[in-house]
Amino acid sequence: MSGFSSSSASGRDIVALEGVTKRFPGIVANDSIDLAIRPGEVHVLLGENGAGKSTLIGMLSGLQQPDEGRILVDGKPTPITSPRHALALGIGTVFQHMMLVPTLTVAENLLLGGPWWQRPRTEELAARVAEITSTLGITIKLHAKVSELSLGEQQQVEILRAMVRNSRLLILDESTSMLTPKGIDELGALMRRLVEQGLAIVFITHKLKEAAAFGDRISVLKLGRKVGEIPPERFRALGEQEIISEIVELMFGQQKDDPEAVERPVRTVHAEAAPLLRVADLAVAPTDNAPGLSSISFDIRPGEILGIAGIDGNGQKQLAEALAGQRATTSGSVRLDGAAIETLSVGERRQRGLRYLTDDRLGEGTVGTFPVSINFFLKQVGAAPFWSKGVEQRAEIDKRAAQLVREYDVRTPSLKTPVARLSGGNIQKVLLARELAEGAKVVIFNKPTYGLDLANTLASRQRIRDTAARGLAVLLISTDLEELLSMCDRIAVIANGALVGIVDNADDARTKVGRLMIGLAA
Amino acid sequence: MSIDTAPTVSATALDATSGAATRRDILHRLLMTLGPILAALVIAGGILLAVGVDPLAYYGYVLEKGLFSPLGIQQTLTRMAPLLFLAAGLIVAFRAGMWNLGGDGQFLLGAVTAAASAPVFVQIMPAWLALFCSFLIAMVVAMTWSLVPALLRAYQGVNEIITTLMMTFLGTSLANVLVKLVFRDPGTTVPQTRTLPVEDRLPRLFETTITSGLLLGLAAIIIVHLVMTRTAFGLKLRIVGANPRAAVHSGLGVPGLTIAVFAISAGLAGLAGAVDIIGVQGNVRADWNPAYGLAVIPAVFLARMNGFAAIGFVFLLSVLSIGGESAARRLGVPNHFTLVLVSIVLIVLALAEYVDHRYSQSRKA
Repeated sequence: MSGFSSSSASGRDIVALEGVTKRFPGIVANDSIDLAIRPGEVHVLLGENGAGKSTLIGMLSGLQQPDEGRILVDGKPTPITSPRHALALGIGTVFQHMMLVPTLTVAENLLLGGPWWQRPRTEELAARVAEITSTLGITIKLHAKVSELSLGEQQQVEILRAMVRNSRLLILDESTSMLTPKGIDELGALMRRLVEQGLAIVFITHKLKEAAAFGDRISVLKLGRKVGEIPPERFRALGEQEIISEIVELMFGQQKDDPEAVERPVRTVHAEAAPLLRVADLAVAPTDNAPGLSSISFDIRPGEILGIAGIDGNGQKQLAEALAGQRATTSGSVRLDGAAIETLSVGERRQRGLRYLTDDRLGEGTVGTFPVSINFFLKQVGAAPFWSKGVEQRAEIDKRAAQLVREYDVRTPSLKTPVARLSGGNIQKVLLARELAEGAKVVIFNKPTYGLDLANTLASRQRIRDTAARGLAVLLISTDLEELLSMCDRIAVIANGALVGIVDNADDARTKVGRLMIGLAA
Repeated sequence: MSIDTAPTVSATALDATSGAATRRDILHRLLMTLGPILAALVIAGGILLAVGVDPLAYYGYVLEKGLFSPLGIQQTLTRMAPLLFLAAGLIVAFRAGMWNLGGDGQFLLGAVTAAASAPVFVQIMPAWLALFCSFLIAMVVAMTWSLVPALLRAYQGVNEIITTLMMTFLGTSLANVLVKLVFRDPGTTVPQTRTLPVEDRLPRLFETTITSGLLLGLAAIIIVHLVMTRTAFGLKLRIVGANPRAAVHSGLGVPGLTIAVFAISAGLAGLAGAVDIIGVQGNVRADWNPAYGLAVIPAVFLARMNGFAAIGFVFLLSVLSIGGESAARRLGVPNHFTLVLVSIVLIVLALAEYVDHRYSQSRKA
């Protein structure tokens, strides 16, 4: 996949990444990524949320620095130290969220960032804009207020801003996410005209159709690694459907010699047993930044693992939060062991045996500055024997925490260590210990191996299997199809907040689930 | 993976109880606290020099009046009583991540209601019960006053910094109006409340002029410290403060806790007002506003929300304010120079914190 060496190809590359790695606490966001960005090409970066696209963009636009590897600009190794430096190198970025001042006019926005000691050169700008827009076939109202423009027009202004600053490389980060279908087509046409003028474009998306329609070259990222690339020659040779299926193969397909692939042990699920968790017609209203859920129905029996597959951001988190009681539902019922729990609070649901292992380990799963010991009991504050009449029993807490640390193999310098100092895998073990300890009946795992290294991934999966083997009902939400195929009894596919199908995990499950995920009937 | 999952540094700095408190840490902390204070004294000295005042003489007077003279130290300790209550209230709020900056309004309303009720109560019930009831009323009034920002924050997510600051202006004015129109003492021409006779005020300690309110204040701040660090309730508040999303995830009733935090914080501010009136002042004059609430905030920050450390810093603040008043009179420096001094300390401290953080980051890298 790293089919080009810097000596031969870099002559044509505006920017090239060589073995770029970026780590954040507990996570490898980018793992030795190679990338060549050439003039006259729309280079599509495709991957799910969390695949490492944003981090990559952050490094190209000077917001972040790579931990390893190097970035070549025009063939020369160049550290991009700041956004200003990136602009000076000709790298312009249009971020996912609009970065214009809504109360200023288009012209004023374009003039922002000029030297403060000079008068804004309005006439010069108008001439320059006229020159650019005429070749691109777009019209920009320079004196309109940004707040009066549509989102598509605002995006054109952002692209124009990059052009006015003489960008040679234009990065479009999830640019279609807020556009209407017509706006998306217009953007595609605009990108085509831009690359025809010799610009290089990096186009980030997680929509397969757009990648196939607008791209010249496609790189697929998965969990921080680049798992494949479709070069332009091959791209032109294939039809749209073939490209999409090839991408699906890259994104979800089985890799050769995958150490994670293990035979799924045959478990006996008692088909006649009453479901432990029964969800019927669950619905959640959409919010500004999250999709809603509609008519979600499924059962999980004791000892069963039900997987939820789907492209990230299709309502997985909303589903988990609605079940745990963190998100208000508009209708539907949730029955745990026969009793309705949909009106209960988070704490009451936990008391009944419902456990939610969040995917956001530091954001909501733990309090990073608190010691490991306290984080074990975050959901039991005030409960005996760790608190007696509301007063903390330090000895009891430390005793049980030490026990859990041993039992779950948490590698921590001490019980007093702030939990944020641990690695991602060890933080996950703290969460596992907290959720799986006594009293659990139904456990929701949301992306339990996301961002973990191999050893911790395998350990977490074994915990989940053991959980089901103990007779608990398990809901396993994951964007990793391999993981679901290796663990689940049945796999449901979620798309746009609705379950589009539930598949028994038999031999043809991979194809069926894959088809459901891209919107085809199984 | 986005970058915002990286643990926030400020939270680390605020919660002093977490983390291993080894001896080196303590030494480091002492150095990081006392060093900037010394540096600030030098800078403030420079300013004094610039306005033509001998800084050594100024500091000498401050120490002499605030610390070493028998009368001065008694005044200093007496001044501590309301400041300790205010600091206790701020510790609760700040540890729970809620910035109650409305202390002055809550303080004055507590003071006015205590001043209005105490002289009436002492005539109809035993003195101890009368004072107790006045304290209670002051507390309840201040708690009620905090309901507006509390409800707005709990259910609408309105920033409490803005609302409490606005409410403090209203509270100060309302307190004034109450003094001038409702509780005005008909016996004098000066607009003030009726005066609580000296013999009915809180007893003085031993043979000194120190108010026994000091003991109440010490008790309040120590209880608050223990509640925040040793109990389930305190832990819940600290979870809300350190990571509100984790609080929701853990099933804590965040709106209820928010209202409780505001009630406790404002209640303690109201008690601060009451202890100052019932222990020391005896009445409230119109337009009286000592602005203790804002002055205490830096002390609580310097103490990093630790109750015992806060006692020390409140003592320092008292010395500065009692000694500063005297030194200012004698040297012709404006009375508010104390505040200048305190703010220089804060700025230098923040800078030191920043440099220290950068240093430890670069050492790690």
